[in-house]
Amino acid sequence: MSDWITHPENWAFALIALPMLLAAFRAVTSRNVVHSVLYLVVALAATAALFLLLGAEFVAWSVVLVYIGAVVVLFLFGIMITRAPLGMETELSHSNQTKIGAALVSGALFALVTVATVRGFGEEEIVANPTRTGEIGQSMFERFVIPFEVVSVVLLAALIGGIVLARRDPVEGDEALQ
Amino acid sequence: MNFWLLLLVKVGLVLGVMMPGALVIIFGELKISAHMQSRIGPYFAGGRFGWAQPLADGLKFLQKEDLVPADADRTVYKLAPYVVLMGTLATFVIIPFSPDLVPRDLDLGVFYVLAVSSLSTLGVLMAGWSSANKYSLMGGLRAAAQLIAYELPLVLAVIGVAIQAGSLSLNDIVTAQASWQWFNVAPEWLNVISPFMILQVVGLTIFLIASLAELSRIPFDMPIAESELTMGYLTEYSGMRFTMFFLGEYAGLVSMAAIAATLFLGGYWVPGLDGDVLNFVGPVVLLSKVMIIAFLFIWLRWTFPRLREDQLQTLAWKWLIPAGLANILVTAFFRVVF
Repeated sequence: MSDWITHPENWAFALIALPMLLAAFRAVTSRNVVHSVLYLVVALAATAALFLLLGAEFVAWSVVLVYIGAVVVLFLFGIMITRAPLGMETELSHSNQTKIGAALVSGALFALVTVATVRGFGEEEIVANPTRTGEIGQSMFERFVIPFEVVSVVLLAALIGGIVLARRDPVEGDEALQ
Repeated sequence: MNFWLLLLVKVGLVLGVMMPGALVIIFGELKISAHMQSRIGPYFAGGRFGWAQPLADGLKFLQKEDLVPADADRTVYKLAPYVVLMGTLATFVIIPFSPDLVPRDLDLGVFYVLAVSSLSTLGVLMAGWSSANKYSLMGGLRAAAQLIAYELPLVLAVIGVAIQAGSLSLNDIVTAQASWQWFNVAPEWLNVISPFMILQVVGLTIFLIASLAELSRIPFDMPIAESELTMGYLTEYSGMRFTMFFLGEYAGLVSMAAIAATLFLGGYWVPGLDGDVLNFVGPVVLLSKVMIIAFLFIWLRWTFPRLREDQLQTLAWKWLIPAGLANILVTAFFRVVF
């Protein structure tokens, strides 16, 4: 334990991880949808900070750009345009069945990720070196170029699906759509 | 200790550049609008040449009461201005003022700028929702739709520059402009050094239009359109918190202009100077370029009428994004082939 205390990065980790856990917990227990999303922002920002701690700058700022800047903003946009509770109304509530199901699923996921990580790295000590952005680009477009392209096809399919769902062609005589 | 001292100096430096910069641009906006539209108020009021006007405005805002609407979500309402200002201030971290005077020359460079500036969108949505006011909510929604739409052309315009410079780091981009030779196929006399504003003129145009929209300035100020939304997401804010939004807007203008100047106008670099001289002249050169772009922004503001919401979205999705993609394609083609 004394070994743990002497490393400043452990302190930094604790300083980031504890608020992150708290925020993640509040994100699922908060009764206000918008508050949940804002807690999610804190959790995601802490994730980015953990990546920064490991020297993975590109991944960290990608989390900020993609998750906070785009995904969460779209969440908020969607909530506000459909059911924004203006002011301090509490309206979210779940039955116990939902809660137990959610707890089981998240517990199972946590166990799965933990086992996979521990099995994958074992006792091997990992030295956190800063990764240069150029190296990430190199490996992505040389070694992983096919998975990368496949992912982009999946995204394209999702985009087309979104357009098909959202678009309604004007029907003859339908005044509202003209 | 040394590290923390240096950090403190850098933070002080950034604040010392941002605050006066924002004040100077507010003053410039008053004067230029007075000249362009024969508004006699800012023309004569406030001391010789009206220098005291922005200071008086600031003092007026500071002594006003900091009101929070009764129905507002207090915590979110109070946090929103900080989130907006944080996103804006964070971009100053990587702007190179001279070869050595960079708060932090990140390997990621422009990617970092795009990531942190997207935080401001979150702050705007927070302000719009937490005010418990329908004008604010509509303003917040419009702002979010606009910022999402115009972030894409902004990114695409930057990618063209990154391909041409072969780096994301802002310092490297400036160096690339200082030593850039037109594509090797050109005849010898064409091998002149030029900033990217010439080769990336499409990128520059897209970047300037998109950054005007990101700043919600007048051709693109639907989020705070006074005639229909009172003041948009700012409606309920007063006093200190309104001042933070207001300063944040002009600080955002300074940072956007500084990034545009670095990416397209050569940043701190001027032809014929190098090394130590640039270290002294650099900050002045960069700030003059910032002022040129800021003047352009102010000029556009007092010249064009406001775009309608649908026109605004059409411009982004149907014109700027395809143009940006084509620009990337052409740049990459020339980069690979020649």
